[in-house]
Amino acid sequence: MSNEYAVIMVDSTSHAMRIEHVLAMVKLETRLIPVPRHLSSNCGVCVRVRQQDIPLIRQQLAKNKVSFNGIENI
Amino acid sequence: MNAANPSLPSSRTAGGALYLDNAATSWPKPPGVTQAMLQFIEEIGANPGRSAHRASVQAARIIYETRQAVADLFNAPDPLRVVFGHNITDALNQALHGLLLPGEHVITSSMEHNSVMRPLRQLEKQGLELTCVPCAADGTLLPGHVEDALRPNTRLLAFNQASNVCGTLLPVREVGEIARRHGLLFLVDTAQTAGAYPIDMQADGIDLLAFTGHKSLYGPTGTGGLVIGERVDEKNLRPLRQGGTGSRSEFEHQPDFLPDMLESGTPNTAGLAGLQAGLAWLAGQGLQDIRRHEEHLCALLLEGLAQIPGVSVYGTGQASRQAAVVAFNIAGMPPSDAGLRLDEEFAILCRVGLHCAPAAHRTLGTIPDGSVRFGLGAFNTEEDIIYAIRAVQQLAREAVK
Repeated sequence: MSNEYAVIMVDSTSHAMRIEHVLAMVKLETRLIPVPRHLSSNCGVCVRVRQQDIPLIRQQLAKNKVSFNGIENI
Repeated sequence: MNAANPSLPSSRTAGGALYLDNAATSWPKPPGVTQAMLQFIEEIGANPGRSAHRASVQAARIIYETRQAVADLFNAPDPLRVVFGHNITDALNQALHGLLLPGEHVITSSMEHNSVMRPLRQLEKQGLELTCVPCAADGTLLPGHVEDALRPNTRLLAFNQASNVCGTLLPVREVGEIARRHGLLFLVDTAQTAGAYPIDMQADGIDLLAFTGHKSLYGPTGTGGLVIGERVDEKNLRPLRQGGTGSRSEFEHQPDFLPDMLESGTPNTAGLAGLQAGLAWLAGQGLQDIRRHEEHLCALLLEGLAQIPGVSVYGTGQASRQAAVVAFNIAGMPPSDAGLRLDEEFAILCRVGLHCAPAAHRTLGTIPDGSVRFGLGAFNTEEDIIYAIRAVQQLAREAVK
């Protein structure tokens, strides 16, 4: 199993929670972490996911009309 | 312990008084509510959405799950359009002050609580046009009267779903239909119905649903909010408060997305943890079963009161057409005297006088003294109702002497 991670960037913790919830519906593991400094000066959180899950994640977020600000590899 | 069901809490206080003031706030709270609040304060405690450490995330998760439970209850499509505030008054103020502009027209009814009426009267001073559709003497609204009141500049229909004075229900779906047909927004004050009566935002055509957490959602006071339907463009909602949201912290301007834009300041997470437990209890018991129980008790009370000489009951007199809120008067005894005697001699806790709804009292003909109001709840029993009827019987006998 690959341990290469990406983060889903969001506007607020509420959006992160929504993402956590809809990804849990398809049994995808997520973890909320502080936004890495090199990605943004925002003090908030982002959702850490595995890079290999990104296609399924994009599909699931689109299906549930969840807004996010992009996915960045870390 | 509850006499009818040992798994439920009792409607009697520690001192043995009978609680019949559920229309003001529900009491007792179901098992789990206090524990959830205590557990949050003692074991989590952190500020949600402000930091990314695990306790902050746990706090944020409580709030998110509570949004989800509220959205599920009302069939709202998006939990992020559930906005929490101090209470339902806060939510109604946000909806009305946030949405309406001078020169626009709003239709409301003569049965509204001051939480709708006062913001509207304030906005009227600033140039809003307001029509207050008269309801029948039993509090019933005829949807045709709403259509008759429409003007080219009508923007919003704002009604309560059940009167807080006498419980009379609004034909919500018919009014929602009118709003849809004419391209208007529909705001519903669900203070007496959220959790007590089925509500489906999408089928009922509700665009803005204001709810309280501390009545039939069984949470603590200090919880409530606004559910914003998808026909409302949030860009047209002005936040009543600006401040820290934990998001877009690099900007000095208020965020423009939900829920953050309307939720400045640290939320009442302990209260929302309690509300989450209340909603979970409600889902477990089943709203329909609770409604059936309350409707049964309400019918029993209406029937008992109707048979007492000298007692006038307000509203439709039919339990199926009202929330479990019953208003009445005893001939020859002002409601204030009746309230004092019910408390002191019978240990019955209820509300008397004017119930923050002067227009409703005018409609029902109970100005200036108001009425005695029994607010029934999920934990009341048939014994409670029989005891209350007997107490009123005795007061009525003495009043005519």
